[in-house]
Amino acid sequence: MTILTFTLLLLAGAYLAGLVGSLTGLGGGVVIIPLLTLVFHVDIRYAIGAALLASIANSSGAASAYVKEGITNIRLGMFLEIATTVGAVVGALIAVYTPTNTIAILFGSILLFSAAMTLRKKNQEALLVGSPAANKLKLNNSYPTKDGEVSYKLKNVGAGFSIMTVAGIFSGLLGIGSGALKVLAMDSTMHIPFKVSTTTSNFMIGVTAAASAVVYLQRGYMDACIAFPVVLGVLCGAFTGSKLLPRIDAKVLKYIFCTAIAFVAVEMIYNGYNHKF
Amino acid sequence: MKNINSKQPLADHDIEQFIGLQLRFGVVLSSLIVLTGGILYLVQSGGMALPHYQQFIGEKAGFTTGREIWYGAIGMQAKGIIQLGVVVLIATPILRIFFSLIGFIVEKDRLYILITLVVLSVMMFSIFGGLKV
Repeated sequence: MTILTFTLLLLAGAYLAGLVGSLTGLGGGVVIIPLLTLVFHVDIRYAIGAALLASIANSSGAASAYVKEGITNIRLGMFLEIATTVGAVVGALIAVYTPTNTIAILFGSILLFSAAMTLRKKNQEALLVGSPAANKLKLNNSYPTKDGEVSYKLKNVGAGFSIMTVAGIFSGLLGIGSGALKVLAMDSTMHIPFKVSTTTSNFMIGVTAAASAVVYLQRGYMDACIAFPVVLGVLCGAFTGSKLLPRIDAKVLKYIFCTAIAFVAVEMIYNGYNHKF
Repeated sequence: MKNINSKQPLADHDIEQFIGLQLRFGVVLSSLIVLTGGILYLVQSGGMALPHYQQFIGEKAGFTTGREIWYGAIGMQAKGIIQLGVVVLIATPILRIFFSLIGFIVEKDRLYILITLVVLSVMMFSIFGGLKV
């Protein structure tokens, strides 16, 4: 294969990854790693570097729109970024001592978990009574809906913070945004309305990914010739996705995608178990 | 004054708008740089055989330090330009933390100035801490 063929194929693949990633809310990174390793037989370390860039591109691109709408809770994001960035740095450090096959198995497991999380019931209710910690940290806020501003309060700040640290470690170790874990912390544990938790999670992914990306860049995980089609493809795909999202019913797509992702996850785990990475 | 009924103080709203613009600008700028380097790269070596990506060579491939990338990009080396775009992309969310810090300083929100400074120090530790090994 020549470099040109590889670039064009990867560009198309990354475009689809960004498109599907933004339609389902899973982000581009989770598709980039299996695409590069299983289809193009690229070493998983290059795939992780590329996925981190895809996560940053996706997050910054989408966050620029959400932040302006005032849905994102910037204080909450900033507070939880302490947990995710520390986790991400720890993850990037552990990565050196983790065999690539173990990384593949971990990645597959997180993928299965993310697919399940995407399909579960969402928390729409705004909590009326918050915990003292949430009050002290000024985490309670409000967000615009069709029926006007809705105030929400939150609880279990400590537990949410802990899950965020774990999300950061996985993000640093595997190069993904760990959006599913972030939403689990905010949505299920801290009881934040779904719309706020997804946009705030997305807002944080860029900073979390950047925390480990600088380490991986220095280690040579980011190859220019892989980064080029991945960054451009994912960005264009995510942009198309954001335009399509209001006009199509993403529900069916979600089921199809999650089934497909589950198969990919099993293959990653299987290959990792058989030491194929 | 359309912000008069807003739930947030004016500074908060302004900083949200500004962060939104800054993120967009960073993403567009980095993709333009990556595109320039990418086209140059394809023109120069598009017909060549693909490197052996099955094998990880890491730092030996070059362009892993700020210095190398900067001089590579100035010297119009395709890979150096692409990596410069990658650096701009990674720097975009990091800059966002700086701008949030300024926002919290304007609002005199001491607690969040402190929280933002903690996040920034973690980031700086990650960049300059020599963690690559």
